[in-house]
Amino acid sequence: MDNETVLARIEQQQPGAVLHAGPGYDGILNVETTRDKVIELLRLLRDDETLNFHFLTTLNAIHYPEETGRELCIVYHLHNWPQNSRMRVKIYFPIADPHVPTATVLWPTANWMERQEYDFFGVLFDGHPDLRRILNVDDMEVFPMRKEYRLEDATRTDKDDRFFGRDGNVGQKFD
Amino acid sequence: MQVQPFPSQVDSLHGELATLNLGPTHPATHGIFQNVLKMDGEKIVSAEPTIGYIHRAFEKIAERRPFYQITPLTDRMNYCSSPINNMGWHMTVEKLAGIEVPKRAQYMRIILMELARITDHLVCNSVIGVDTGALTGFTYVFQERERIYDMYEEVSGARLTTNIGRIGGMERDFTPAFHKKLKDFLKTFPAKLEEFGRLLERNRIFMDRCIGAGPISAERAMAYGFTGPNLRATGVDYDVRVMEPYSAYNDFDFIVPIGENGDTYDRFMVRQEEMRQSIRLINDAYNNLPEGPYHADVPDYYLPDKPDVYTKMEALIYHFKVVMGEVPIPVGEVYHAVEGGNGELGFYLISDGGRTPYRLHFRRPCFIFYQAYPEMIKGLMLSDAILTMSSMNVIAGELDA
Amino acid sequence: MANIAEMPDGMGGEGFFATSLGKAVGLARANSIWPLPFATSCCGIEFMATMGANYDLSRFGMERLSFSPRQADLLMVMGTIAKKMGPVLRDVYLQMAEPKWVIAVGACASSGGIFDTYSVLQGIDKIIPVDVYVPGCPPRPEQIIDGIMKIQELVKNEPLRRRNSPEYQHLMEKYHIV
Repeated sequence: MDNETVLARIEQQQPGAVLHAGPGYDGILNVETTRDKVIELLRLLRDDETLNFHFLTTLNAIHYPEETGRELCIVYHLHNWPQNSRMRVKIYFPIADPHVPTATVLWPTANWMERQEYDFFGVLFDGHPDLRRILNVDDMEVFPMRKEYRLEDATRTDKDDRFFGRDGNVGQKFD
Repeated sequence: MQVQPFPSQVDSLHGELATLNLGPTHPATHGIFQNVLKMDGEKIVSAEPTIGYIHRAFEKIAERRPFYQITPLTDRMNYCSSPINNMGWHMTVEKLAGIEVPKRAQYMRIILMELARITDHLVCNSVIGVDTGALTGFTYVFQERERIYDMYEEVSGARLTTNIGRIGGMERDFTPAFHKKLKDFLKTFPAKLEEFGRLLERNRIFMDRCIGAGPISAERAMAYGFTGPNLRATGVDYDVRVMEPYSAYNDFDFIVPIGENGDTYDRFMVRQEEMRQSIRLINDAYNNLPEGPYHADVPDYYLPDKPDVYTKMEALIYHFKVVMGEVPIPVGEVYHAVEGGNGELGFYLISDGGRTPYRLHFRRPCFIFYQAYPEMIKGLMLSDAILTMSSMNVIAGELDA
Repeated sequence: MANIAEMPDGMGGEGFFATSLGKAVGLARANSIWPLPFATSCCGIEFMATMGANYDLSRFGMERLSFSPRQADLLMVMGTIAKKMGPVLRDVYLQMAEPKWVIAVGACASSGGIFDTYSVLQGIDKIIPVDVYVPGCPPRPEQIIDGIMKIQELVKNEPLRRRNSPEYQHLMEKYHIV
């Protein structure tokens, strides 16, 4: 099933749902939509007989700190097994208002995937049955995968940052 | 394990429920994860898993390492079958950079990936045996793993976390010692596998323990994102090697085994058969190993030979550029999946042309299918729950990343 | 005649052998350690290989693994300890009865290893005292056995009153263990 068929079918069933569309670098169709329309679009992609993207491979978030108003992006990776097609659905939204409707209404597998993206990026999924941190410690206050946070633990005392080729503002210096 | 009955918390009509804490340190949970079980006697009413006890922030580290330094990171995800993770990552970068790997290197990769699949399934199946009380199979099977470790050492120098292969091919050709070891292995391993099978496959006690333990239907499995042997045990024959062949898998003919009920016995049998198919694949790949180079001619990504680096100018410059990460890499996003020991292991790489990835997301099968565990053990007894967990082959490194 | 264990210095005669109590106890303890395998990640798989038939650890008297801290002598921490796991490790250490020893197997347990991140404890000696460190990623079974043999040396030569001595109390205070 090639990308044009998919786009034509989406346009026929839900006109105006797609903002941009086109093949990505690896040939997989990228479809951009808004967070208000995304659950409806995913439901169409899952349930329609021609489209039949029944499998949610994974979903992940990306942080673009420079694009104001569109800092956070969620990418849903879908797969149609009988016809072996993949596609990606992307939504962009501002970091000041990181609310997204949950996809657990469509796939139970999205439960932990969304918890992971909440844990890392602070994306709030409205309607999620159990939105709390999954991998990091429960009382962590920051969202560590955002670009502004550093990788290393700033409070560690045994490694001198100057010897690791990092700027020495944070961390212990042994003189 | 502590059993604390809560007389005031009457959640069901059956009377008092006990809360049992299984983990995070527990001899039977192979890995570090916690399950708080509510039990009605021996039967489990509900379970609440907690993971993250070995979260090492792989996705964050990957944003700060050049592409060739991410390979040791992928090693430590599913550490029972490291070569598969390594090759999956190399193929992702090759897809991004548009590198075509020569046939010989692809066949060499297949041999190593199938050896890794055998090691992963050997651990899982012998551990299912251990959890039912059959420790003998485990001790026999670990000897075979040692022989596979010897082969990894010939190719890469390491036993477990191999960092095998390079972007563009393999780091060195197979040494004569490797050929000898592989031939010996292919001659003697099938008999050892059958011996292990005879201990357990038709063993009355083992079958009674495993049949009916932790079943899941095919529809629920697909809705939960199952892939790999756990999904194939429910009857769906999705295998990334067949669906989207990579590294010349389409040159070979092999069976994809499936089960019926999706219970522990089916998962065990699917893994047994997959090991036999892996042996068949290794035999085919080894007997038809083509001549040719073992790496692509991409000096931008593949280090030149060390004697050249010391004598020729361009080799020196390429060496410097590769190690410093100053190589041209296209801007774009790539998703590549391989069939790992537990299912579809996916790498979603977004590159901004810089030295390190902009975002790298690992689609980790263990993380995704472990969500279904509370549903799979509802209503079962505690010993069946332990067996279900070990038959799902949850590896903590891949669960938490 | 096979030498099962080195005889300590002492005086012997027809049907008796006299040595100091410390040496006799040390000899018994060193060759019958009950380890607690606290295996979290990849080093745990190398430990399973060490316990296997090829690199047999039971030659050293460690046939019986104890998963209950109350019955264990040696805490073998193998693998990365994340900050989430730290309190659990400390609880397990505190539940062990004296005398107890700790071996940190692998680079992650010794110093955080390659994971210099916000979520990984940079070495378990931040929360519990460690006796022997075995570096490697993962260490070969021979290296793990070398670490075990060093533990055996420590166990054999430990004075009987060490755990009540002021230096040991000082060490425990440094880790806020009362």
